[in-house]
Amino acid sequence: MKDGPTRDAYGQALVELGADDPRIVVLDAGVSDSSRSKKFGDKYPERFFNMGIAEADMVCTAAGLATTGKIAFATGFSCFLLGRSMDQILVSIAYSNTNVKLVGTHTGLAVGEDGPSAQMIVDMAYMRAMPNMIVIQPADWEETVQATRALIDYEGPAYFRLGRPKVKAIFDSSYKFEIGKGRVVKKGSDLVIFATGIMVQESLVAMEMLEKENINVTLVNISTLKPIDRELVIEMATSHKAVITAEDHNYIGGLGDAVGEVLLDAQISKSFKRIAVRDQFAETGTGPELFEKYGLSANHIAQAVKDSLRPA
Amino acid sequence: MNGSQLTTPNITQLEKTALELRRLALKIIFQAGSGHPGGSFSATDLMTALFFGGILNYDANNPKDPKRDRFLLSKGHASGIYYSVLAKAGYISESDLDSYRKINSERFLSGHAHPKTPGVEIASGSLGQGLSVGHGIAMGTRLDGYDSKVYVILGDGELQEGQIWEAAMSADKFKSNNLVAIVDYNKVAQDNITKDLKDLEPLEDKWNAFNWDVHRIDGHNMEAIMKVLQLPLHPEKPRVIIADTIKGKGVSFMEGKTAWHGVAPSAEDYEKALKELV
Repeated sequence: MKDGPTRDAYGQALVELGADDPRIVVLDAGVSDSSRSKKFGDKYPERFFNMGIAEADMVCTAAGLATTGKIAFATGFSCFLLGRSMDQILVSIAYSNTNVKLVGTHTGLAVGEDGPSAQMIVDMAYMRAMPNMIVIQPADWEETVQATRALIDYEGPAYFRLGRPKVKAIFDSSYKFEIGKGRVVKKGSDLVIFATGIMVQESLVAMEMLEKENINVTLVNISTLKPIDRELVIEMATSHKAVITAEDHNYIGGLGDAVGEVLLDAQISKSFKRIAVRDQFAETGTGPELFEKYGLSANHIAQAVKDSLRPA
Repeated sequence: MNGSQLTTPNITQLEKTALELRRLALKIIFQAGSGHPGGSFSATDLMTALFFGGILNYDANNPKDPKRDRFLLSKGHASGIYYSVLAKAGYISESDLDSYRKINSERFLSGHAHPKTPGVEIASGSLGQGLSVGHGIAMGTRLDGYDSKVYVILGDGELQEGQIWEAAMSADKFKSNNLVAIVDYNKVAQDNITKDLKDLEPLEDKWNAFNWDVHRIDGHNMEAIMKVLQLPLHPEKPRVIIADTIKGKGVSFMEGKTAWHGVAPSAEDYEKALKELV
């Protein structure tokens, strides 16, 4: 069990996995110290390409490398990695179906003080909308390491959403990550929370608060946003009275929509609340302050649970 | 390897091939009822030299050979000539061309090429991406220890995309001398002449400033094209060949006209054009 930022776990995993697999190449857009791809660059300089502050060029270069049989990890701050290169990603990666892993660090309001232009809250919406693209957001260190390995074995375009702040360990080494599979983190009754990324940790804090009031809910980690674990979502929604989704992302296009789509398609009608950014830009402040002010904190999750369970 | 076996390319033969390819490209654009004849014809002589002048090392029967040279048509709208060349080179059959721009095309002969078609490395259709992709390929083949070269044809209007200059900086940084960009400088874009849209000049100075090995030729003079393509690689600089071309080259009423950027000829114009392409 290891605590720590998911970006650190990614940097560490790349170094370890890079030793045995010469197909792995890593690119960065001039933020390799923060994105942690520098660790790989220090160890394998011949397979590391710092493309400078030029994300569009970087993602297309990654696509070119991929056509020569490389597994290209194009790394950067999510805001610019995706924001500066949506068309390049669509044509040279998604449509061309090249084996590029887009690794976006510094996501969500958790980024904090750098402000809304650095707080990526639309990335899952961007990436879920693209054919051929899968979307993964790990919840902790262990899951990040395992997901990095899984992305190497998976042939095709992927978006890997990582975070800046330290997160607590959720999983131990007995956990087995699988692309497309959600996982019940804690079994309760009455209500199920589907959470992703840092919101798994936040939900656990909320659940501790609720347990003191004898409210025991179920928590499911959804690390693969696309393709979502439809079977598990249906099973969990059916076996609970109410559903809550929790994500550090705008409420449009992310986890809430992904779960909601499954429920609508399956004609499952439940009380449904989304903990997410309410279609607005936040402001500067620490991550926890922003979580509190913009409705993402454990307090908000606990309140949403209570509201959902209150008799109509 | 088909291409490289033509060790002593005959200039007259290449010119004949170019003419044949122009007729074929115009035929498939006419049959499709849509397409881009102007930009296809300006690039025809350059592509003829690359594929049939013994420049590109390729084997149409083994299109994924990791040691192959690569060709990328970054100005993807010139697909009419691209597929004609791929058919003549043996990647696809000439009868496949009947499905150009048609639904259920077995070889996926879309308006802009995609790697589902044998011989195509990457999707195109959005200008500005090919040089970066080509550079990634150039770095990848070097990592593998191959001496593959990567040729990327760019449109002149395409040089207005900022990403081209990002790639130009990158190829300099990584000393990617196995990357060769060819600018099809036909001076005409979609809705305007390039100069009035946003002037590229002084173009040689721009590439020189980005530290590339710069050459400028007449892109319809087969001898000049062959001569520059046969030059040994620069020891460390990526190379750019600025080829002065004419949009619609070969058909008098299409030459230099924005109107022929993206329209297929009428039956009457088609017959008229064929009479000139002899």
